[in-house]
Amino acid sequence: MLDIKKTMEEGKLTVTLEGRLDTTTARELEESIKPELAEAHSVIFDAAKLQYISSAGLRVLLATQKTVNGRGEMVIRNVTNEVREIFEVTGFTEILTLE
Amino acid sequence: MRELRLEARNENLDRVLGFLEEDLEPLNCPRRVSVQLHISAEEIFVNICNYAYKDSVGMALIRSEVIPATETEPPELVLTFIDQGVPFNPLEREDPDVTLSGMERKIGGLGIYMVKKRMDQVTYEYRDGSNMLTIHKRIAPAGDQQGENGSC
Repeated sequence: MLDIKKTMEEGKLTVTLEGRLDTTTARELEESIKPELAEAHSVIFDAAKLQYISSAGLRVLLATQKTVNGRGEMVIRNVTNEVREIFEVTGFTEILTLE
Repeated sequence: MRELRLEARNENLDRVLGFLEEDLEPLNCPRRVSVQLHISAEEIFVNICNYAYKDSVGMALIRSEVIPATETEPPELVLTFIDQGVPFNPLEREDPDVTLSGMERKIGGLGIYMVKKRMDQVTYEYRDGSNMLTIHKRIAPAGDQQGENGSC
């Protein structure tokens, strides 16, 4: 289960994630943000309530980063220790902007 | 030992994780270790779903066993994922380069890489027409210093 909340303000898309970003829900997230992503120059993910992320979720984050690259930035905020560890082991701390 | 036999379809992922949770709850598993085990179970099961049977849907069997704690070691969870798909040893796959930049990065192989990095032991065997991938993880209860810091 993943709860996705989106707000778009002056080209800045904020996506609040709550639950699990796994094989099933990664597809939901990808589809959900596709329309806004076509217009957004920057994306902020709020991961305070994101419990878990698997490689399918990492794939969506990487694809999103590649999409906004060149026109803005992607930031992930409020990452929990469990999710941070996943970013660390996969080297994603080096390629994502965590706040 | 407990067993779960089910069709290898991504839609069944929640059943696999529920099965795992039944082992973890009585062990008072720390959240961090629980996340590591959930990720490992997902990555292995989803690999079976996506690749083992090519375009058809086959079965997956998951066996779990909890080896009780000893005087010096916490309990150990042993999970074996079995399928009758094409022979494939994921441990032979080359590790992804996790130092590449975002633009150069590929996701392939990252799932099994996380499994290898976060489990205590991972073994593969092909026997009697079956792929058998087994993961081992010691689980010190939450609140126990060893459990919080873990072995990884």
